[in-house]
Amino acid sequence: MVQDIDIADLKRITELVYTKYGYDFRNYAMSSFKRRMLRILELKNLNVESLLKKINEQPAFINEFLDELTVNVTEMFRDPGFWRIIRDEIIPGILLNHKQFKIWHAGCSSGEEVLSMAILLKEMGIESDVTLYATDLDVNILEKAKQGVYPAKNMELNEKNYVRFEGKKSLKEYYREENGKAIFHRELLQNVTFRKHDLVKGEIFNKFDLILCRNVMIYFNQTLQNEVLKKFHESLFKYGYLAIGSKESLIWCDIANRFLVVNNEEKVYKKIKD
Amino acid sequence: MDKYNLNNTYKAVVIGGSAGSFQGIVKILAQLPKNFPLPIIMCLHRLKHVRNGFVEALSLKSTLQVVEPFDKESIKKGIVYLAPSNYHMSIELGNHFAMSTEEMVNNSRPAIDITLGTAGYVYRDKLIGILLSGANRDGGLGMKHIKDKGGLTIVQEPTECMIDTMPKAALALTKIDHVLKIDQIVDFLKELEKHYK
Repeated sequence: MVQDIDIADLKRITELVYTKYGYDFRNYAMSSFKRRMLRILELKNLNVESLLKKINEQPAFINEFLDELTVNVTEMFRDPGFWRIIRDEIIPGILLNHKQFKIWHAGCSSGEEVLSMAILLKEMGIESDVTLYATDLDVNILEKAKQGVYPAKNMELNEKNYVRFEGKKSLKEYYREENGKAIFHRELLQNVTFRKHDLVKGEIFNKFDLILCRNVMIYFNQTLQNEVLKKFHESLFKYGYLAIGSKESLIWCDIANRFLVVNNEEKVYKKIKD
Repeated sequence: MDKYNLNNTYKAVVIGGSAGSFQGIVKILAQLPKNFPLPIIMCLHRLKHVRNGFVEALSLKSTLQVVEPFDKESIKKGIVYLAPSNYHMSIELGNHFAMSTEEMVNNSRPAIDITLGTAGYVYRDKLIGILLSGANRDGGLGMKHIKDKGGLTIVQEPTECMIDTMPKAALALTKIDHVLKIDQIVDFLKELEKHYK
């Protein structure tokens, strides 16, 4: 097992992935990136040289690599207080101006937050008025998100979160259990467009009233956080909302003054300047 | 006079603890010199879905400000930083924090091994690592990392611990510099502060 990996080797890996495949991890936060690399080396039983060789010679390996590299740990209704604010304050605020609107889940991972949003909208009775876009860099995880099928053992935590969110029903009413899997009702995801999108290099593809990007930018360094925030700013309508993770902050970013803090505890911001 | 052979080159103190460490931490924070010259970085096991209350509880008697830092927040001296619930907290080169929601480590998030290990990598021989009472092995490997990078390591005297699994894990993995009771850890930190005057 490789115990440690030095920065020079990490740079060799990111440079190769960038020049060969165009994925840019050069501005990822070093501490977590290093742990992900050590994890890949251990899981695939490789050392730095054999990993480089594999990336270079086996193009099919890149999706597997991205899948392990990106962090795909998420929950439904993570931070229930956040979801209550979305339901009780943010969405009613959007509805004052538009009956129909668009939400972007940037870095949606396995889709638990997309599904949470779909359930929230259904319980508000406005599911057909809202279009959801869910994007991720990792095509394997995007495929999982589209399925809406999760290990049944995760449901205890998800149900607990849902109860604290004060949902109208029981989470059980939205899925059926089969062979240790929780299979969510297909119609929940019918207004969701899933697509591959790279936050680092990707284009602005639409305009939104609400963008959720929770616990994604924590894996970026501040240079990249700044760049991505500019993209979110551009992708939001004026007075649109941006939600980030509870331990993320915009205050260090160059364009922080173009946003207003709507809820500091749950980190919801509003675009107030173009 | 100076039984710990200290100097003024240290850059940070990092503390790990779990079950049975709360009283000890409170005791340490209550007796720290007001102008403590280093940041104190703490990773304590805590309930995953209770975000509020812990900082407040630790602040009650603390002489220093206790905060849960944000991702990419700069690390400053004289502040006590507490790893937030449900995030791993790393130290990055450039002296700031980085949060992550990666898989649990040792069944824990925040994991002490991550905070201690990354602090050891960044501060090297300029770090003091302290591991207190706890019921699992998390932190043992982190203490080994600190020691391997030349940092100074302290564990709470196992006989004083409510549950000694955690300090014993560290003692089994590396040569710990000092095995101390909470009162002695307080003396140690007071002694350290004198070197910065």
